[in-house]
Amino acid sequence: MPEQLSWKVGGQQGEGIESTGEIFSTALNRLGYYLYGYRHFSSRIKGGHTNNKIRVGTTKVSAIADDLDILVAFDQETIDVNYQELHQDGIIIADAKFNPMKPEDTEAAFYAVPFTEIATELGTSLMKNMVAIGATCSIINLDVSVFLDVVEEIFGRKGEKVVQKNMEAIQQGYDYMKAKMDGQSSALELPPADGNKRMFMIGNDAIALGALAAGVRLMPAYPITPASEIMEYLIKKLPKVGGTVIQTEDEIAAVTMAIGANYGGIRSFTASAGPGLSLMMEAIGLSGMTETPLVVIDTQRGGPSTGLPTKQEQSDLMAMVYGTHGEIPKVVIAPGTAEEGFYDTIEAFNIAEEYQVPVIILSDLQLSLGKHTVDKLDYNKIDIRRGKLVTDGLPEAENKAYFKRYEVTEDGVSPRVIPGVENGIHHVTGVEHDETGKPSESPANRKAQMDKRMRKLNNLHKTFPNPIEKNVKHEEADLLLIGFNSTGGAIEEAMVRLEADGVKVNHARVRLVHPFPTDEILPLIESAKHVAVVENNATGQLASIIKMNAGYPQKIKSILKYDGNPFQPHHIVDSSKELI
Amino acid sequence: MATFKEFRNNVKPNWCPGCGDFSVQAAIQRAAANAGLTPENLAVISGIGCSGRISGYINSYGLHGIHGRSLPIAQGVKMANKDLTVIASGGDGDGFAIGMGHTIHAMRRNIDLTYIVMDNQIYGLTKGQTSPRSAAGFKTKSTPQGSIEQTLSPMQLAVTTGATFVAQSFSTDLKDLTAIIEAGLNHKGFSLINVFSPCVTYNKVNTYDWFKENLTKLADIEGYDPSSREGAMNTLMQHNDLVTGIIYQDKERPSYQQLIDGYSEEPLAHADLKMDEATFDQLVKEFI
Repeated sequence: MPEQLSWKVGGQQGEGIESTGEIFSTALNRLGYYLYGYRHFSSRIKGGHTNNKIRVGTTKVSAIADDLDILVAFDQETIDVNYQELHQDGIIIADAKFNPMKPEDTEAAFYAVPFTEIATELGTSLMKNMVAIGATCSIINLDVSVFLDVVEEIFGRKGEKVVQKNMEAIQQGYDYMKAKMDGQSSALELPPADGNKRMFMIGNDAIALGALAAGVRLMPAYPITPASEIMEYLIKKLPKVGGTVIQTEDEIAAVTMAIGANYGGIRSFTASAGPGLSLMMEAIGLSGMTETPLVVIDTQRGGPSTGLPTKQEQSDLMAMVYGTHGEIPKVVIAPGTAEEGFYDTIEAFNIAEEYQVPVIILSDLQLSLGKHTVDKLDYNKIDIRRGKLVTDGLPEAENKAYFKRYEVTEDGVSPRVIPGVENGIHHVTGVEHDETGKPSESPANRKAQMDKRMRKLNNLHKTFPNPIEKNVKHEEADLLLIGFNSTGGAIEEAMVRLEADGVKVNHARVRLVHPFPTDEILPLIESAKHVAVVENNATGQLASIIKMNAGYPQKIKSILKYDGNPFQPHHIVDSSKELI
Repeated sequence: MATFKEFRNNVKPNWCPGCGDFSVQAAIQRAAANAGLTPENLAVISGIGCSGRISGYINSYGLHGIHGRSLPIAQGVKMANKDLTVIASGGDGDGFAIGMGHTIHAMRRNIDLTYIVMDNQIYGLTKGQTSPRSAAGFKTKSTPQGSIEQTLSPMQLAVTTGATFVAQSFSTDLKDLTAIIEAGLNHKGFSLINVFSPCVTYNKVNTYDWFKENLTKLADIEGYDPSSREGAMNTLMQHNDLVTGIIYQDKERPSYQQLIDGYSEEPLAHADLKMDEATFDQLVKEFI
């Protein structure tokens, strides 16, 4: 029996491929399996090949599998595009309706199953997905009753009859496949799971939940792939805490409204992808210059310009670290998992208020939209730190003297008072200003204010939890692999295989991208024979940042992928072997 | 209750002598006092340009942001703290060129704030280029042969876009301007007040004298009814937009904040941010 299984369903966009995967994986999650899903889709609503690849394991799975066990096909394209992923014991089950052709050069088993016909006989061809799920159950030896809860949740409001019909469709798919396989069991039976109930969510859900737990009350946002799920979740939840989402006219309005709301004293943020972040850059500078807390989520997708809106890429890194004209203190955090997405979002709001700076949370499409099993999120780890926020008790100002909102302090952070507080009146401006916020062009003041702002983050890398997530087993490694965001899972699996081949590998995943935690990573670079930075972009942006901060321009090499698809472990294994 | 003097600070404006913006500043200070505000409960959010400096010249909370974005910032402030009175302000370039998208959507959205545009029909701080408010044929540094673009009518646009308070005034007319700003502050929803505020340095056409000659007070039009959208549009067209007074007001439509489902009665800025454990557990459960 395999410890894990990789299942893919594919067809034309708009014919229920997504919900097939959703129903299948939700039921398995509730049985206690760990899942990792990745959707391949296009920037259109109907038509075009789409597929949903889901990895199921009895232990944690955190990358897309290299190969495939079961391919469920609703059209020939699905077979033609995906069959080469199938290993020799793999199985193709295809809807008999389109007269599927088995590719000549595959050893995988092939079954044409009348998904549509069975469904139509039961009342509607829409249920063909359920038939396919049933057929899958037969192969992996899963009792179809586990789908009852999920089917009830989805179709319950349409009445008991619809629920029954859908369950019947699953049962008939199961029976048909069972008969077709003639009683013999497949090599793909899943071992039982532990039955523990775990969360199953996309990275964007985790980020949105983190924002809610951090006390966000307003999210102005403009829809964009792959960020919209964050606003969609909060549209449902913010009214329950008295807050709201505002769908703004553009991303500039979204970010400036968030700045206004933070200035007004609440926690507010926005989320977008590269095109939106490009529009926000001037405002991010305003946040830095006026020392107004701000959190922005960038769910990276394929760039530049409109680029590949529904594909994986990590090419916004430099823009997020260095974007906006002039120089401001800014924090860029790159969570690697949904769990980290949750905790890092909370931490981002704390850092934004404690240091009075803009904080960008960098995600990527694979992390934001991939649906993962998430271990328990700990309520006790949610803390709210608002830094030097002053809400009352200020002494009366003499002669209408302004409050020193930008007082030069040792740590660079000044007391922050919000509108409405008595005796706290001051001015806020993106023009260079003195300690009270009044515009000033004096060279001495300019230097004092620049120095004050820029020193705020001097020690952040020391207080940030795990700025570099390390999997370090060797004092002297043959190879150090470095990555950020969602590539961590594929790197971890590549490590296991390289180790099996006798290569000593360490892994460093960068979580605090800026200010860069040089001291944390330098010893690992120095002690490794070879260093490779794994990233989904064409120019090796993280590698450049590491070289800029840590040196070793000759030693640090890149493993790059920018074809729109995520890394699978074998890409990293193969490239690593070429490097060492 | 605060007097208008309490809204004065000790900062000397860097406007040219004779600039129309001085009167707008004075009118805001008077209107704030008349409306019963206190300095700490007023936030003036401004854009970039000569007039954008106004947030630094009023003794209140203030934020001088980036070019064209005073409105989204101001809306964010008001959303955060509904107890604050929020004024957004800037010039015609700020509001009707770079920031036009926000102006239209702020009018549609109808968050309760007062937007005061100091309209001098020219770009002053960049030393004299054309504005969307410049007349056709207007010669500037950027239009040496005279502007060949159509002049924008913010008042007609506002009436058709769904603004619930649309008014226009003239900066020397301190009494009327103060009354209009006060009415805007008291209006429950978004109010747009366009103020003709002459640039004495770069605009030699739309001068104080020119406005005095060409403006008509709506108060002088017999039977003018600011609750009629159609009447407002007709009057604006008949007078080539050169009218002062409250052009249109819809007192019935609720503000955006009144319409938000579940919006907190208390100002959000006073909320305790920590989520209770039961709520968190319930949210987690929804993902299982």
